[in-house]
This record gives sequence, structure tokens and C-alpha cells, in this order.
Amino acid sequence: MRKRSLYNLFKVGGLLSMVVFLSSCSKMIVLDSKGPIGQEETFLIYISFALMLIVVIPVFVMAFWFAVRYRDTNEKATYKPKWAHSTKIEWVIWMVPIAIIVALSYLTWTRTYQLDPYKPIQSEAKTFHVEVVSMDWNWLFIYPEYHIATVNELVFPANTPLSFRLTSASVMTSFFIPQLGSQMYAMAGMQTRLNLMANEPGVYEGHNLEFSGKGYNTMHFEAIAKTPEEFKEWLEKAKKSPDTLSMAMFKKISEPNINYPETVYSSVVPGLFDHILSRFMGWMGTHKKMKMDMHMPLNHANDSTRHMNHKNMEDK
Amino acid sequence: MFGKLTLSAIPFNDHIIMGAVVSSTVLALVIMALITYYKKWSYLWHEWLTSLDHKKIGIMYIILALVMLLRGFSDAIMMRAQQAMALGANHGYLTPHHFDQIFSSHGTIMIIFVAMPFMIGLMNIVVPQQIGARDVAFPLMNSISFWLTVSGVGLMMISLGVGEFSNTGWTGIAPLFEKTYNPGVGVDYWMWAVQIAGIGSTLTGINFFVTIIKMRAPGMRLMKMPLFTWTALTTNVLMVLSFPVLTVALFLLTMDRYLGMHFFTNALGGNMMMWNNLFWMWGHPEVYIVILPAFGVFSEVVATFSKKALFGYKSLVYATAVIMFLSFTVWLHHFFTMGNTPDVNIFFGITTMLIAIPTGVKVYDWLFTMYRGRITFSTPMYWTMGFLTVFVIGGMTGVLMAIPPADFVVHNSLFLIAHFHNMLIPGALFGYFAGYSYWFPKAFGFKLNEKWGKRAFWGWLIGFLVAFMPLYVLGFMGMPRRLAHYDNPAWQPYLIVAAVGAFIILLGVMAQGMQLFVSIRDRKKNTDETGDAWEYGRTLEWMTSSPPADYNFAVIPKVEELDEFWDMKEKGTAYKRPEKYYDIYMPKNQPHGVVVGGLALAFGFAMVWYIWWLAIVSLVAIITTIILIGANDDTDYVIPAEDVKRIEDAHFEKVAAAMAQVNNQGKGGE
Amino acid sequence: MNTEITNMDAAKAREMEHAHHMEMKTFGFWIYLMSDLVIFSVLFATFATHGHNYAGGPGPKDLFDIPYLFVETMFLLISSVTYGFSMVAMQNNNKKMVLTGLVITFLLGLGFVSMEIHEFYGMIMEGSGPDRSGFLSSFFTLVATHGTHVTFGLLWMAVMIIQVVKKGFTDGVRSRLMRLSLFWHFLDIVWVGVFTVVYLLGML
Repeated sequence: MRKRSLYNLFKVGGLLSMVVFLSSCSKMIVLDSKGPIGQEETFLIYISFALMLIVVIPVFVMAFWFAVRYRDTNEKATYKPKWAHSTKIEWVIWMVPIAIIVALSYLTWTRTYQLDPYKPIQSEAKTFHVEVVSMDWNWLFIYPEYHIATVNELVFPANTPLSFRLTSASVMTSFFIPQLGSQMYAMAGMQTRLNLMANEPGVYEGHNLEFSGKGYNTMHFEAIAKTPEEFKEWLEKAKKSPDTLSMAMFKKISEPNINYPETVYSSVVPGLFDHILSRFMGWMGTHKKMKMDMHMPLNHANDSTRHMNHKNMEDK
Repeated sequence: MFGKLTLSAIPFNDHIIMGAVVSSTVLALVIMALITYYKKWSYLWHEWLTSLDHKKIGIMYIILALVMLLRGFSDAIMMRAQQAMALGANHGYLTPHHFDQIFSSHGTIMIIFVAMPFMIGLMNIVVPQQIGARDVAFPLMNSISFWLTVSGVGLMMISLGVGEFSNTGWTGIAPLFEKTYNPGVGVDYWMWAVQIAGIGSTLTGINFFVTIIKMRAPGMRLMKMPLFTWTALTTNVLMVLSFPVLTVALFLLTMDRYLGMHFFTNALGGNMMMWNNLFWMWGHPEVYIVILPAFGVFSEVVATFSKKALFGYKSLVYATAVIMFLSFTVWLHHFFTMGNTPDVNIFFGITTMLIAIPTGVKVYDWLFTMYRGRITFSTPMYWTMGFLTVFVIGGMTGVLMAIPPADFVVHNSLFLIAHFHNMLIPGALFGYFAGYSYWFPKAFGFKLNEKWGKRAFWGWLIGFLVAFMPLYVLGFMGMPRRLAHYDNPAWQPYLIVAAVGAFIILLGVMAQGMQLFVSIRDRKKNTDETGDAWEYGRTLEWMTSSPPADYNFAVIPKVEELDEFWDMKEKGTAYKRPEKYYDIYMPKNQPHGVVVGGLALAFGFAMVWYIWWLAIVSLVAIITTIILIGANDDTDYVIPAEDVKRIEDAHFEKVAAAMAQVNNQGKGGE
Repeated sequence: MNTEITNMDAAKAREMEHAHHMEMKTFGFWIYLMSDLVIFSVLFATFATHGHNYAGGPGPKDLFDIPYLFVETMFLLISSVTYGFSMVAMQNNNKKMVLTGLVITFLLGLGFVSMEIHEFYGMIMEGSGPDRSGFLSSFFTLVATHGTHVTFGLLWMAVMIIQVVKKGFTDGVRSRLMRLSLFWHFLDIVWVGVFTVVYLLGML
């Protein structure tokens, strides 16, 4: 009896989830990307799933078939208690997964270079630079080319490559706009980079994905992609904003607080991003034997050396 | 006198926490009162707490794991309920700070205090019997390991009512767990609980590695070891090599928090990514530590219930070994999104995918074991079938996340949560449950109720699917993990479904409680007289009586075949009385394990609350105890040959009676 | 299948079991040393990542006194040799020589630990304590972890001296002395690593 009621529960639950699933497929925004990076990544998800099904579907089929066929009440089925080895079968069950993993490795190899978040996006439009600072628990966006800044709202032109520099004024966070693609950690005293692009104007949601304390769940923002005309308009309005981001103001907004209202600052104290970065760069020793590239083996070294390379590239 | 500890550390005005504290305290008092009423303290102390018998230690480990499973699971229900309601204006019934502690304690408990003790408990009960040994290599160390785990559990439970628990997840989050951002005692509780239990696990690793290498019955070469023993061996290698990394990582954090050092800080030369590296250098092998023995259980179960030799034994052994090696080369996939160069990400991405190959092979080997078998669908087989079909979904999503650019969009989202629960629930937990019902008659002498076992299975399986499939979808909807509250209405329906799933799992858990109750009530009807509870046992543990005598084997068997016991039954040499019995030396009970565990608990508590005198006193006492252990040469007692004969004769009579009954009913054959 | 034990009298079986047990303890101790080696490897790795994070504070050249450290190192190295003599004496059942060797080893080890504490004390008094920079944190942790191991080794040695006096060379005492020997040489080897990586390479 109980079993049957469980079955029924399963049916109802299954139906319910199917309905919900189908009705909100369009809300699976990660798979409904509006930017070239995100679209490539979505494609990668689909193709790797398809490849993996080659191994997975036979498992389902065999699990059901063998279970039914070789159940103990079926006296007709062959029973070979000693049969425990078959070179042919062994070859197949090793080779098929190997072949699929080789294919996936090839994909990984090529796509990881292609979709390197540090790699600038090729486009005719001029790259739009944004400096992202994660604070407790708000986001600060600085637009170095325009000497303005915003809090908890990111505004940029669509169809333009975006180049982000990220750091944190406090703990580690992860910067993510699901509909545009890749996320990237923001860490104090270190700079990471991210290149994204929106193919069409729109309002996209953005999140912090790395737990960062009490206000973590409020750390989301709107990423607004505008047409060139709209963006120009917004820029002009921003220039007239009464708020300015002085050092004192930055101190104020970087104090731990939740849901700081979206604000536009018409001016920013110069070099703010690098200032925040250097505040925590304690590892920058003064001892004369110090060598940049010897700092942190493991991945961190890549990060800091890459940071240096990128800086050098820019300086040129 | 009491360091930072004052009465205000107890959160009197938080009704939810106080409810949990009061109910667990009352429960503990009731149990203690019952023990006192039935005058069982002496029995408990002499027969269980101080026992060095690996079977009893194993049983205590599993009881501990089951109790902690209930605690960890109630955390899960609370989180699912909170997320099902906390949309927009509704902030749910938990404050963010409470929610943060719940997800941290849920993870810590499930990995360190459920998966580990469950796995180690099964290993304790089964491994010595499977290799034809009388005990583990270092029985007292085994008891100390267990009591260190208990003392970690003690710290976890105390943190519920005195002070707070960590809010930085079971993995710890640098630099959020530093004193600057987390001045409270929560992180310290987490740190010391994991540290103390972790040292116990390292000792277990050493102990069982030596046991398996040095104590196998004559003739049991490595390639004649049962698969569960093989997986136990690889797990112990991983434990010995990876737990010290965790010990150091937590030690460095201790230095940061207690002495103001700069290992994982933002400022003055700390490096927060070092934490991630060190933690996952332990953390990833840890996943295989808990999952490989479950694979071992599935291997034993599928062969026994298909009544057929395990297909591709060699493949399975090599696959296990390959997984063991690869598990050390993949840790960086936990932070692809840190800004690594593509080369680094590609390396770790591909090593991660490589693990899918041996795992896939294993799945096919189990399937081909069923092929041309004669499968009896008992409860352990149900868990195995559930694992085979659901685990591969988790495998798929795992390989997906091993591709760095794909990981960039699902990392740290609920997709990740769904993935690792999809590995650990069907992969590890179902395996332990299969092992629990498979070896239960061996440990206690009677079988578990099949009907309630299967109900429990359906509750868990269906509940799992309903609870976690929506999380995959939510991941694709961009929902971050660990949210105490959210503003996106599109997420809520899925979270409600997930909460329903959690409650279906609750039905499964309740069925397991019922199963235990019914089985104990009907234990006379389901006794296992022969020791070969499932009739088709293949390996040496089925040769002993159920429950086995203290010494397991009166005479150590000589092994010739992979499935030695099956072979004996075929040749008709099973259940043959030996010509002569000898005196058997077994380890005496020792209270040192309990003492060290208790002192470690006092030490941990003292460190959390800065009660320095107590910390020093308990540390000195631990060292003194160890010196005393070292000086004690009188550790064994003798079971005289005539006692052995008496015990064995009684067992053989029971076997003969059971056989006769079977033959009378004409059910024999095969 | 054959469940009969080969004809061997029970006492002999018991003796073999006992020997087997001692062998297992030694093997287990090797495994423990391996896990301890992992601890030191991780601390070395941490020193490698943090070892240049001076944070504006002092570096190796400002802090290390190589001649002083050379003497300290010699104490430990020679103590390994004297322990070796003690073990040779144990083979010959020469209790007096064993005890002399152990006491000398103990004193040398004590000298090593005292010199290390003195070095640390000086650095902390100068304001170059472990909380000054990532470099100093990793330096102190690595070196002091080794020092703590040596201290526990000394404690163990003291216990063993008492056991040798009281119990003589029982199997248990012999096997414990063998394991302490492994431990002591192991710490020596680790110290060679520390001296090279931390002190010598730091001075380059």
C-alpha cells in the first residue's frame, strides 16, 4: 500500500516538475545567452552532453534489460555463474569511454584557449573598459575612459567588447552575469580580468557567486546594455550627477553595508582601482632578492604574472 | 577562568536553536536515564566503550554516523524550507546568519561525521573478516581513532548551544574565515572539530593500510583480495597521504586566527588562494575516500545477488588504482574561475575527465556481472540498481564541469550543488546503505526487514530525484548557491519542488527507522544460523558465524581462490570442523581511547573559548596517556583452546540444524 | 581448501605471531613517517609560496646568522650519530653504552632546541615575529614544527631511557628504540631540507 502511494507521489511530483520545467524553459538564462562568449559556452554544454549520452544511454538500457531478463524468477534465462571475463567486452568498455574523453579533451583544449576570459574579444567596435570592485556587500563599477562610476548598476553599450579588471576591497567574491557568460573571482590585492560582450541591448542580472558573509544574498546588480544612442544619453546624464566619488566617499561606501542604492558618480578620484589593489599588495616585498615571477608557484603565480603581462601590454 | 565563555554565549532568545538544543539534551538525558534504569552502564563500558574488537568499534562508528545523518538531514530540511519561502518580501523563518551556519554545519557533518564514520565503520566490520584476520593491526589505535571522531562530533553538538557555528561552509572560505572578517567562535568550532576528527582519520588510514598489507590470510595475494578490501586499501592510501594536508591547512589557519600570522589573509603577505589549493589537495581525494569503499560495496553486492563471479575483477582493480592516482591531480578544478592561464585549466580539466574513464568501466563491469546471472532483488541490490542508474547522471554533469569554459557558467551555482549531491548521495550514501543492509546480519545475527528496506529505498531515490533535479535547472537559471533570500520569482517553483523532494527523503529516513524497529522486534524470525546470511556469500566474511566470535576465525583459513568461500561451498569443504583448536590471543579492553577522546574534546573546547589552563592541562594529559600506553606491555588475553572448541561446536551444530531444515523443506539444491 | 594449520606447536606459533606483530609496528611507523613527510612537504610548499612575501619587513639576510645555525645543525647531525652508536650497543646488549649514547643524544637534541628557541626569541624581540609578514609566518611555522617534533622526540627519548633502566631490553623496548631511531633520523633529514631551503637558499 505504502509503496503504491509512494508511486503515486512520484507520478504527481514528476508531472508537476515537468509542467514547471516546460513552462519556464525560457528562464534558463544561462542557456539563453545574449553574448558571443556565453553562446559558445552553451554550445559546449550541449555538445558535451550529446557525446556523453553515448556512454550513459547504454547504461540505462542495460540496467533495465539485465534486471528484467536475469531476475531469479526467470528460469529460462542463461545462467553462467563462472562467466567473469571477456576480452572483447573489456576492450569495448575501456575503449568507448576513452574515445569519448579524447574527443572531449580535444574540445576542452581548443575551447579553453578560445574562451579564455583574459582574451580580448575581436570586434570592430572600440573596447569598453570597466573596473569592478567588490565591496562588503555592494559592487562598484568604475569607467576609466569616462571618469565616472556607478554602484550596484553596470551600464555599457551593446555590441561592444567589454574588458573588465576586477579586484576586491574585502573578501573574495565571484562576478557573474549569467546571460553574457564566464564568471571570474575578485580578490583583494590581486587583479583578475574578464572579457565579455552583449549582442543586444537589454537588462541582464548579475550576481556574486562566492559566499562573502552576511550581505552575500543581496549582492546582485543590474547589467544594462544600451544602444549607442541610449548610452550617449546616459553618459551625458551621468556627467551631471551631483554625486562624486572622492576617497572619503569610497571609504563610506566600502564600509560593510547592505543594498546600497544604485548611484551614479559624475567623477572619480584618479587611480582609485589601483589604489584599492595596492592597499592589500602586502606580498610585494621590498627585499632586494624579490623576483616577481618567483612569487607564487601554483596557479597564483600565473595570475600575478598574467596581471603584470597584461599591464605591460596596456602600457605599450 | 572561562576565557571568552560567558552565559551570553548561549542563544536563549533564538527559539529554533533553543528548540534543537533542548530536544537533543532531553533525548540524551532520556537515553542516559534508561541506561541507568536498566543498570547497563557497566555493560556499556566493558562491552562497548572500551572494547578493542574491530566489529564493535565498527558498529559504534555506524551508530554515530546514523545519528549524525539525522542531524545533517534536519539541517538540509531547514535549508530547503527556508529557500522554498524566502522570496521577495518574505524573508523566511531563518536569519541569514543562522542560515549560513546551517549550510556550514550540514556540509561539515555530512562529509566528516556521516560519510567518514559510516565508511570507516563498514571497513572495521568487514575488512578483517574479508582478509581472514582476527583483528586490525593496532586495535588500541583503532579505538583512539573512533573516540577522536566522537570528540569532533561532541564539539559540533556543543556549538549548537554554546556560541555559534562557522558560517564559511564546510570548505572554509579564505579570507572570510580570518579573524578580521569572522571574530566569533564559529570558525574555531569548525576548525577544531574537523582537525580532531581528521587526526583520527589519519590514524585509521595507517591502521587499515598495515592491516591489509600485513594481515591477510596465507595465500591471499593482492590479486585475490575481495574488491571491497581493494577499495578499502586505496582509500587508506588516500587517507594517509591526503589527511596530513588538511591537518596542515587547518593548522595554518589556527596560526592565522590565534597568533595573527599571515597565511591566508588579505594583508601583509597572506595568500588566500593558498587555502583553496591546500584544502582541495585534501578535499578532492576526500571525495574518493568516501566513494571508493561504496564502489567496493556495490561490487560485493552485485556479485552476491547475481550469484555470479564479479565480471572484470582485474579491470575493477586497475580502475580503482587509476582513480586513486588521478584523484591527486585534479584539485584545481574547484577554482577554474580564479584567472588561471588556459594551460593550467586545460591540464586540470583533462585529468578530471580522465577519471570518468575508469569510473565508466566500473559501471559496465557491474552491469556485466548481472548479465547471465540469476538476480535476487533484495534491499542491497535495490540500492545498487538505484546507484547505477542515477549516478551516471552525476557523472555526466561532472564531466561537463571539468570543461573549464562550461564550468565558467555553472560554477558556484546550484548546478554544482546538484552535481555533488548526485555523486555523494547515490554514489557514497546508497553504497553505505547497501553495505548496511548487506552486512547487518553478519554484525548482529539477524536480517533487516526487506519490506521497510525497500520502502526506504523508494523514499530516498524518488526524494533524491525530486529534490535535486530542479537544482540543475536552477543552476541554468543562474541561481547562486548558499542564498538565504532571493528576489527572482522564477526560482521559487523549483525550490518548492526541491523542498517537497527533501520531505520525500524524510519518508525514506522514517522508513529506515521503522525498518530497524521492526527488524529488532522480529529478530527471532530472521536469524542467520549459518553465517552465510544471503546463501550466496562469496568471500571469507561469510565463513564466520553471525555475529562472529571475538576471534572471527578459530583457525586462519588458507586462501586459494578469489571467491574463496564460494569455492569451498562448491567443493563441499565449507563448514568442515578443524581437527584441532589452539589458544587464541586477543587484545584486552582498554579505556585509553575513551580517555584520549574525552581529553581531546576538552582541549578543543578550551581552544575555542580561549580557556588556556584547560587546554594545557588536557594536552599534557593526552601526552601522559600516550606515554602510559607505550609503557604497557600487558595487552593480550588468552581464549583457551577448549573455549574456542566449545564456541565453534555450538556454531557448527547450528549450521547443521539449519542445513537439515533446508534439506527437509526441499529448498536446497544449487 | 585447507583449514588445518601446519603442524607446529602452539608456543612457536605464538612466538611467530609476536614477531609478526613487532614487524607490523615498524611497518606502521614507516607509514606514519610518510604521512609526517606529507606534513613537512606542505609546509615547505607554503614556505615556497610565502617565502618572498616580506610585506616591507625584514628578509633572510637581515635575520639569519649562518655560523650560529651551523653550530645548531651540527648538534642535530651529531646526535644522529650518537643515536646510531646507541643502537649498535643495543645489538650487543650493552646496557651501559646504550644509556650513555641516549643521554648524549638527548643533551645534543636539547642543545639544538635551546639554540632554536634562542634564535626565535631574538627575532621576536626585534619585532620580526611570525605576525610581521607572510614570509615570517611561513618561516616560523616550518621551523617550529620541526622543532616541536624534536621536542617530542626528546620526550620520547627520556621515556625510553627510563624504560631501558627499568625493563631492560625487552622486545617492546627494543622495537620502540628502533622506531625512535627511525624518527630521529627522519627529523635529521627534514632538518637538512630546512637548512638548505630556508637558510642557505635564503641567503643567496
